Order: sequence, then C-alpha cells, then structure tokens
Amino acid sequence: MSRFTSPLLTVENLTVEFLSDDAPVRAVNAVSFEVSRGETLVILGESGSGKSVSTSTVMDLIDQPPGDIVSGRITFDGVAIGNLRGEPRRLINGRKIAMIFQDPLAYLNPVYTVGRQIIEIFECHGVASGKAAREQAISLLRRVGIPNPETRIDQYPHQFSGGQRQRVMIAMAIALKPDLLIADEPTTALDVSVQAQILDLLRDLQNETGMALILITHDLEVAASMADRVIVMNRGEIVEAGAAKDVFTAPSHAYTKKLISALPHGDAAENSNKRSTTSSEETVLKVEGLTKEYFFSSGMFGKRQSFLAVNDVNFEVKKGETLGIVGESGSGKSSVARMLLRLAEPTSGKAIFAGEDIFSMNQARLLAFRRKVQMVFQDPYGSMNPRMSVHTIISEPWAIHGDILPKAKWKDRVVELLELVGLKPEHADRYPHQFSGGQRQRIAIARALASEPELIVCDEAVSALDVSIQAQVIDLLADLRTRLGLSYIFITHDLPIVRHFADRIIVMKQGEIVEDGTTSAIFGNPSHPYTRSLLEATPVPKWVAAGA
Amino acid sequence: MTVITSDIAAPPPAGKLLIMWRCLKRDKLALFAAIFLLALAIATIAGPPLIGDLAAKLGLRQRNLAPFSFQHGWVYFLGADTLGRPIIARLVVGAQNTLGIAFVAVLCSMLTGGILGLIAGYSERWYSQVIQRLADIVMSFPSLLLALIVLYTLGPSITNLVIVLACTRMPIYLRTTRAEVLELRERMFVSAAKSMGAGSFRIVLRHIAPLVLPTLLTIAALDFATVILAESSLSFLGLGIQPPDFTWGAMVANGRGYLANAWWISFWPGLVILLTTLSLNLLSSWARTFADPQQRWRLQSLRKTPR
Repeated sequence: MSRFTSPLLTVENLTVEFLSDDAPVRAVNAVSFEVSRGETLVILGESGSGKSVSTSTVMDLIDQPPGDIVSGRITFDGVAIGNLRGEPRRLINGRKIAMIFQDPLAYLNPVYTVGRQIIEIFECHGVASGKAAREQAISLLRRVGIPNPETRIDQYPHQFSGGQRQRVMIAMAIALKPDLLIADEPTTALDVSVQAQILDLLRDLQNETGMALILITHDLEVAASMADRVIVMNRGEIVEAGAAKDVFTAPSHAYTKKLISALPHGDAAENSNKRSTTSSEETVLKVEGLTKEYFFSSGMFGKRQSFLAVNDVNFEVKKGETLGIVGESGSGKSSVARMLLRLAEPTSGKAIFAGEDIFSMNQARLLAFRRKVQMVFQDPYGSMNPRMSVHTIISEPWAIHGDILPKAKWKDRVVELLELVGLKPEHADRYPHQFSGGQRQRIAIARALASEPELIVCDEAVSALDVSIQAQVIDLLADLRTRLGLSYIFITHDLPIVRHFADRIIVMKQGEIVEDGTTSAIFGNPSHPYTRSLLEATPVPKWVAAGA
Repeated sequence: MTVITSDIAAPPPAGKLLIMWRCLKRDKLALFAAIFLLALAIATIAGPPLIGDLAAKLGLRQRNLAPFSFQHGWVYFLGADTLGRPIIARLVVGAQNTLGIAFVAVLCSMLTGGILGLIAGYSERWYSQVIQRLADIVMSFPSLLLALIVLYTLGPSITNLVIVLACTRMPIYLRTTRAEVLELRERMFVSAAKSMGAGSFRIVLRHIAPLVLPTLLTIAALDFATVILAESSLSFLGLGIQPPDFTWGAMVANGRGYLANAWWISFWPGLVILLTTLSLNLLSSWARTFADPQQRWRLQSLRKTPR
C-alpha cells in the first residue's frame, strides 16, 4: 500500500435528517470518515444503513428540504465544501469528485450515443471540444476495456451489455481525472465474473492515477477484495472502522460479527450445511427436453432470427430434495422456472409432475396443479399487491381454490402460518410496505405454504436481501423442508448460498446445462471450465491477494 | 439520538382523516377550494327546498335590478335577471342541474372508460383492438362538434346531454386505464397471482383495478370542471338544457343581450362556473401531491431538529 499523506476528503460529525410530519427521520448520525489519495475506503452496510446518504451529501445531491443537514463539516483538499452551491460546486463535481452508480442504464441517457455523453463532459467543463474531445472519448473507452471503441462510440446505451455500460459510466467518471471517485454499489447489478472484471478495472485505474476511491457496498466479498480501510454502518451510525484485515478477521462490534458469520463460506459451508438428510427415491418432477425459442426480426426488413433461451434441459427433482439451478443472468434459469409454472409456454419438451405433463394440462387440471406447486419470487417488494393486507395476501390461495379451507378457519390458519415463518399474529392486519425486506419474503413463503404444496420454486428468492437476512430465510426454508417434506427448486446466481443449502446443483450457461452433480462434487471437483470460472470469480480478500 | 428525540413529544398516532386535514391546512389555496366546494355542495342539496320558488318568481318591478342593494331583501343582493327573478336563488337552483349533470356524466364516463380500459389493457384478443379504435374515432372528432350534431338530431334533453358528455369524455379514462393496466399486468404480484391459479377476472378486479382507481379519481376531479364548461357551452348555444329548467351556462346565455346595461345577469353565473372549476383543479392538484409519497413532504410541517 502506498503511504498516505494528509487526507483528501474529511467528513466530520455528519448528521442528516429527512423531514416529514412526524419527528424527523435520522438517516445518518454523527458520521466521520476520511480518505487519502491512492486509498480505498469501503463503506459497508445493509440497505437503509445510511451509506449512500453520507456520500451523496459530499456531492451535494441531497434535496433540501425534505433533507436537512443538522450538523457536519466536509473538507475536500483543505477547503470546506459543505455549503458550496452553484459555480464553485460545478468546479468540484465531475472534475475533482466523480461518482458512479448502481444501475448504469438508468443513469445513461437512452436517446444519446455513448460518445456524445462522454464528449459532453469535456465540453461542459471547457476542457476540449469537437474532434479533440472525440479523440479523448475514444481513448477513454479503450482504457476502460470497450473493444472497437472507434465504432462503438456512436452506439446507444441499449446496445451495450450491463458490464459494458458500467465501463462506460466509469469512463465518464474518470474523464477529467478526478482526485476522488465515489462508487455506489457499482457491481450489485452484475454477474460474478463481470463483477470481478469491473473491480479489476477500478483497481488498475486507481494504481494508474493515484485517485482516492470510496466504494459503497453491502457485499462482504467485494468489500474484502477492494478495501484498504473499512467502515461498517448500521442504522445511520458507524459501528466499526479500521484497516480491512483487522475488521474482517477480528471484528469487534457485535453487528460486524453477525454480518461476517452470517453465511459460512468454503469448507465451513461444507461442514455446517443445511442439506436434507433423508433421501427418497420418489420423483416429484421430471423435465425432459425443455426448450424455449424466441423469434425476433432485426430491423424492418431483417431476416427472422431466433434465439434459444433454454435448450434441451433435462432434470429430476426427488421428494424432499433441493435442486439448485445456478447461472448468470441470461442463462435461461428464470425461463425454466416460468415455464414450469406455465407463466410462459415452452417451444418443446415435457415436464412430468405426478404422472402428468404440465404443458398439456387443461384449465381444470392446471388449477389443481397450481395448488401443488408454488413459487417464491425474487423481489418481495414486487410480488405482493401493495393494497392488500397480509391476511388477504396469505388467504388468497384459499379464495382461488375454494375447497382447501372453509372461510371460517382462514383467520386461525393465517395466524398459524405467520407463526410458522416466524412472524407475529398481529402482523395479519398490516400492509406489505410496513415490513422489512426479510419479513416480506417470510410473508411470501407463508403464502406459498398456504395451499400445502409439494414443490416450491424459489427464483432468486434471497438475492434481494441483505446477507444476515439471507441466512435467516435459508434456515427457515431448510427447516420447513424437514418438517413438511417439501421439495425445492432453488434458482440463484450466488454460489455460496447453494453450497449451504442444495443437495444437487445444475449449472446453466446460455440456455444449456453444462454441469450436473451433487453439491459436494460440483464444489469439490468442478469438471466444466465454466463452473470453474464461476468458482474462481468469487473475489479474494485484498490482504490475501497482496501477500500471494 | 434518544436525547434529541425525547424533547420533541412524540405525536399521537393520527388517523387518516386527521393527516389529510393537516396536509390540507398547509395548502391555503386548496383549503379555500375545499371550503368553497363544501359550501356549494351544501347549498345544492339544502338550498332548493328552502328558496326553490323564489328562483321562478317573476317580479316585473325588479327587472334587471342592479346588485349590491338590500332594498328588496337579501335574495336580490346580487341583482335580478331580465324577468326580475333573484340571481342568488337562480344560482342555487341552477347549481343542482349543473352539478348533477356533470356528476352523472363524469361517473358514467369514468365507469365505462375504466371498464373498457381494463378489458383493452388486459386482454390480447380482437376486441381489445376494436375498443381502442373506437376510442380513437371518438377522440379524433372535435367533442363539441360531435355533441352539437348528436343533440341537434336527437333533440336536446337532460338524458341526451348526459350521454353525449359521457361519450365524448370517455376515451380519456379508457386510454389512461389501458396504459396503467399494461404496466401493472407485468408486475410481479400479477405473476404471483397467476402462479397461484387466479383467473383473469380475479386478477383484473382484485389486483389491477384497485391500483388504477386513484388515478381515475384524480382525472375525474379535473374532468368534472371540463364537463361543466362543455355543458355550459352547449346550454349557451341553446342545445343543452331547455327552459323552464336551467343551468349556469343557460343563465350566462340569457344575459348575453344585456351585457351593455345589465352585466350582472351573465357575470354572476360566469363567476360561479369559474370558481367551481378553479376549485376542482386546485383540489385535484393538491390530491395528486398528497397521494405521492415522494412529494407529500411539501404539504407537511417540517420540524427541524434544534441546533
């Protein structure tokens, strides 16, 4: 690590509130941190812990009102910038301090070419214009690893992949060689292998320019692989701060300990696993030759083209078993789930459930089938109607399938189910927005259990949750499996989770199964190069990498 | 943190109505609008039984009586029309027709537009296309011209007036509903309901319609004003309501010939039309801010932490 001189950015005793009719909501409370040139500071915390608000205040991106900075002093390069507005602020934002965001598609303007948006930065800061600006933009794109920058500069954001868009955002951020780069969850929306590339790029750029980097993340592995120093935030306060190695290997605060011990990794996961112990020979679901082909035409007179989202997928799920389906986005794993629930129709193939092909069922048979198979969706915020109370949400399966439970017993059964998933009876009268993400996913699980299913399909069911809550939900699912004899199909892009939980894993890439085996075999002895690359993409802590 | 929050007494949990009232108090214009509309509603319901006869009572001695004089009693304070009928009484009685027609027309167009919009948005069958093209046809025709033609051929009556007004306004609700349904049907809770086995009917009524309704109500409040104006124009042209029934629009039409020497005959009903539509606009813009959680702070008293 380089020797750090006096800090570049200092934030002292920052307190930010959001005002409303009730007492002000304190988002950030007495937060202090500093970062020097060439240093990487990671702000680690779960959603809602105030990590983004702290850094947005540095850039003056908080609207006031409803935001209200109660106290705090922000010094950048020896100058207080807390109250800077207008022209002096514009000399700092973008030029001295730059920021990249989580979702590059939302932050790039879809109607302008990528090149025009980069050139705009040079022009509005008066650095270069016309041909010179274009030349610089091309070399920037080359620097961040976009192939053929001369032609791609004239393309629009939608023509780039997620990882490439993030590269374009980084190119825009480093265009004016800022002293400080703030990266707010830059890899959260990306797959593991793309994430590794982006993190490598950020590290290289930092070595090259010597800029300071503030990285905001909720991902422990990303944090460990990037950080020189870490601050851990919880409920708007800093609970722990220090050198990365110390915080990760010997956490002192109870919250940090809980975070770091939440999901066992590596060999620890192998030993403390939650896999099912009883093996059964009874097959619940058998999928044969499942294929989904999409047709589209390129341009108005273009030829009709097709795209195989899912190609000849075969697998079986046994009673009481958890099958993990792992793959990056676009690998077809969600398409498989949607087809199994008849939310999308397959092009060809069979799925035999209880001796009957799901895809040739008529309306009445399908209704009966939908009692036996339930789905838990990725996003607990989106999968429940915001205007329905928890009671209505959980009892909906009974309203649809009239013969499950007489209406008089609904109330008691809802209470039973809520208790089964670890919620309280009085929660029945509340609405989804009054719950946290983890609680909402518990409600979704209670709803899935309401019709007494045999198979539950979990599509990225814990991906939107924070680490410690992920562990709780997985434990709940494992517990329910043992108690109720359920089978799961557990779809995810996150390898550590399946290692902990699944009995068998299939790895999917571009619509095809590339590897299929027991969990121990896949992790212990991966045979396909793609599986190996997925396993290697898991970030390595910086202090380990530096020592190697 | 505890130190700071403890010296602000935690407010007792407020009911929904109380919260609305507090937010309404913060927006003075919307508050006046609400008070005006409330007074108008009370006058419309309670007024006619009390002063109903006065509105039709001819008083040749009070012909074109000038306003602002208590000489002939308070009902003549705003003056009298060409036949000596007191304007205050006529405004109150006219309100019942004006607001009644507008209310029924808006309700009809909202219901038909909403239902057709739900069908057109959720179904992908042929009739979805038919509904949309019908709406396009109605929209591409100037609505006042359409009303003129229909009323000219069918003959002016309250029922025809309501039907014409409802039909011309219907596409607005239809298009908004359809657009919202197209977005809502892709939401995950709809997929979740489908995977549980819910039928189309249930999904549309239980999951989609409740989320579209607030938008439709906001449009209805705005549209109420438009319908009052449209009805007034038709009545002004003589194709709307026929004597002895009358509306504010018809009252404006009556005074047209006397603008030079008795301006008040047209002025007062015109002013009430203006105030009513303005109030509805103000109130619906307030309701939009109130319903948006991102914007609601604008209507709240923001108490800062003392420092």
